[in-house]
Amino acid sequence: MMTPVKDPKVKTKQAGESGLKRLTRHQMFIPLAALALLVLFNLIADPSFFAVSIKENSLGNPVLSGNIISVLDNASELVILAIGMTLVTASSGGQDISVGATMAIAGSVILRMVCGGQITADTMQMPLLLAVLIGILVSMVFGAFNGALVAYFKIQPMVATLIMYTAGRSIAAWINNNQLPIINDQVFKYAGTFLPGVPVPTPIFITALVILAFWLILKFTTLGLYTQSVGINANSSRLNGLDPKLIKLLTYVILGVCVAVAGFIRVSRSGSINYSRMAENIEMDAILAVALGGNVLSGGRFNIYGSILGAYVIQFLTTTLYKYDVPSTALPAYKAVVVILLVVLSAPVVREKLASLKKAPAKTAKEVS
Amino acid sequence: MPKGIAVDKQRRLRERAAMSDTTLLLTITVVVFFILYLAAILFLGGSFAKPQNFLNILNNNASLIVLACGMSIVMITGGIDISVGGVTCLVCMTCAVNLEQQGGNMMTVILIGLGIGLAFGLVQGFLVAHLGIQPFIVSLAGMFFAKGMTTIVSKEPVRVTDEGFLAVKDMRINVPGLGAPNKLGVYIPAYVEAGVVIALLVVALLFCLLRWTRLGRAFYAVGGNSQSANMLGINVRRTKFLAHVLCSLLAGLGGILYFLHVGSGDVANGAGDEMNAIASSIIGGTLLTGGVGNVAGTFFGVLSLNTIKRIVASLGFDEAWWSNITVAAMLCLFLVIQSVVLLRRNKK
Repeated sequence: MMTPVKDPKVKTKQAGESGLKRLTRHQMFIPLAALALLVLFNLIADPSFFAVSIKENSLGNPVLSGNIISVLDNASELVILAIGMTLVTASSGGQDISVGATMAIAGSVILRMVCGGQITADTMQMPLLLAVLIGILVSMVFGAFNGALVAYFKIQPMVATLIMYTAGRSIAAWINNNQLPIINDQVFKYAGTFLPGVPVPTPIFITALVILAFWLILKFTTLGLYTQSVGINANSSRLNGLDPKLIKLLTYVILGVCVAVAGFIRVSRSGSINYSRMAENIEMDAILAVALGGNVLSGGRFNIYGSILGAYVIQFLTTTLYKYDVPSTALPAYKAVVVILLVVLSAPVVREKLASLKKAPAKTAKEVS
Repeated sequence: MPKGIAVDKQRRLRERAAMSDTTLLLTITVVVFFILYLAAILFLGGSFAKPQNFLNILNNNASLIVLACGMSIVMITGGIDISVGGVTCLVCMTCAVNLEQQGGNMMTVILIGLGIGLAFGLVQGFLVAHLGIQPFIVSLAGMFFAKGMTTIVSKEPVRVTDEGFLAVKDMRINVPGLGAPNKLGVYIPAYVEAGVVIALLVVALLFCLLRWTRLGRAFYAVGGNSQSANMLGINVRRTKFLAHVLCSLLAGLGGILYFLHVGSGDVANGAGDEMNAIASSIIGGTLLTGGVGNVAGTFFGVLSLNTIKRIVASLGFDEAWWSNITVAAMLCLFLVIQSVVLLRRNKK
C-alpha cells in the first residue's frame, strides 16, 4: 500500500531535486526508456525492422505492411485491456487475471450470434452491431461477477478472478457446444483486418476510438478522481460520501466492456475461435503493461497513458522476440523475467536502497531509523 | 472497574465455548466430504462403494495432495503461490528428458525435482519476504517462467521407457482387508501406488510441523498478524521466506509424484493444478487472509474436490470443460462462505 501520494517523504524529496533526477522519477520515464532501448537495439541489429511498405493483401487491396504496422495493429487488444486493467488496479489494488478467459467468452458469444448457432456461416445471421452489443453485455455480467466478489465479499482480486480464469475458457467452449464456428462473411472481418480501400488496419482505429473515449470520460467525469481516492483509502472516501464498493464494481464492469471489445477484435481477425489458445497469457501482458506504465500495482494513483505506452512497448518486445525466432511458447519465460525485473526495480525496499547508495551515509542512517 | 472485568471474563468464556476458526472450518470440510460421499453411494450406486474406486482418488491425486499442503502453508502465512502447477510441469518434463535422453536414474530424477523446487522457492521467497513484492505477482511470473521453460526443455511429449523407473511407477502396495472379488470370482486386493504413501507421509509430517514445532506456530502467528508476530520476537521475513521455500520444494516433490503417476513429460502436465491446489486448501478451511488452516483439512479438501468432480462426471456431464467449471464453482462457493463467516465474526 505504498502509494506515492500517501507518502509525504517522497514529496519533500522531490522538491529539491535536479532536472535529471526529476526526469528519472517521472512516471513515463520507465516505458519511454524501455521503448528507446528496444528501438536502439533494433536499429543496431537490423535497421530494416522499421521498413514500411505497401503490399497487396489476399483481397487484392493495397495495404501497409511492416513490423511497425504489425506492432501497432497487434497491440490493439492489449492496449484496450490495459486501460481497463489500470482502472481495476487503481480502485481495488489487485489485477484481474481472467481477462484472457473472458475475451474467449465474449468472442464465443459474438461468433454464436453471427453464425446463428451453425458451425459455418457464409453470411451473418444477425446485425454485427447487435452481436457485439450482446457480447459486451455478457462480458459486463462476468465483470460484475468478479467485481461483486472483490467489492462485496472482500476477496483478494486475483483470487476472485482466478475463478473465471479457470472456468472462462470452459464456459466459452460450452457456449458453442465445443464446436468451432467459422464465419466467412468479409464484413465480419473488417474490424480485425482492413476496411475496403483503407490501407491502415482497422484495429488501430478502434483502439484510437477507445483511447479517445476514455480520455473524454476521465476529463469530463469524476470517475478518475473517485477511482484514485477509493484505491488510496477506501475508508476515508466512504467518509467523504463515496461508495467504495460501487466504484470498485464499476471499474470491473468497465474492464468487462474493454475485454469484450478486445475479444471482438481478436475473433474478427480470423473469423473463428480456438478456446484454449485464444488470447492465451494476455492477462500477463496486461498486468505487465500496467506495471511498465509506472502504475503502482497495489492501487491508488494511476496514469492511463503510461499503461497504453506500456502495452505498445510490450508488443514491440514481442514482435522483436518473434523476429529473432523465439518460439511463441517460450515467450512467457522471457516476459516473466522482465516482469520480475520491473517489480524488483519498483519495490519500495530496492528504491530506498538505491537512493541511499547515492546519498550521503548520514542521511541513510536517518532513513533506516 | 469490576464491571468491565466481569464482561471481559464472560466474553472469554463464550469464546472458549465457541469453536476456533480452524476447528470450525475443518469440521465443515470433513462433514461436507462425508455427506458428499455418502450421497454418491446412495444415489449413484455401486461404483462409489468399491474400495478400489476410493483408493483411486488417492492414486490419481497423490501429487495434488502434496501441492495443496504446500499451498496451505503459504496461505497460512498470508501469501499465495500460483506457480506450483508450472513447477510440476517443468519437473515432469525435465525428469523425462533426463531419464530418456541423458541416461538418468531414479536418484537424479529426485535430485532434479527437488532442485527445481528449491530454486523456485529461494527466488520467490526472497522476492516476497525480503523485497516485499506481492506474492501473487511473483508467483504469476514464476508460473509463466516455468511454463515457458518447459517448452524450452522439450516441446514434444517425452514418454519414459526406462525399466528402473517403470518398476517404481508400477509398484502396487496392497491394502490389507480391502478388496473385492472380480467377475470371475478371483479376489483382487485393493492397492495404492507408491506416490500415495509418500503423499500421506508428507501430510503427517506437515501436520506435526504445523502443530508442534516453533516454525509451525510461527507460520500461524505471521499469517494472523505479522506486526504482533514481530513484537513477539518472530522473524517475520525469515518465516515468510521459509514458507515459500517449503511450498516450492513440495511443488517439486509433487512434480516427481505426478511424473511417477503419468510416466511421461508433457507441456499439459499439471495444467490447472495451481487452481486445484488453491481450491483444495480453501475447501479444507485455510483462510486466504492467513492465520487459519490445517493440512488435515487440505487433505479432505482434495478428497471432496475430486469426489465432486466424479459425481459431476457420473451425472452425465463428462465433457472435459465441466471439470473446470465444477472446480471454479466449488471455489466460488467456499470463498463466499468463508467471506460471510469472517465478515460476521468481525462484526461481533
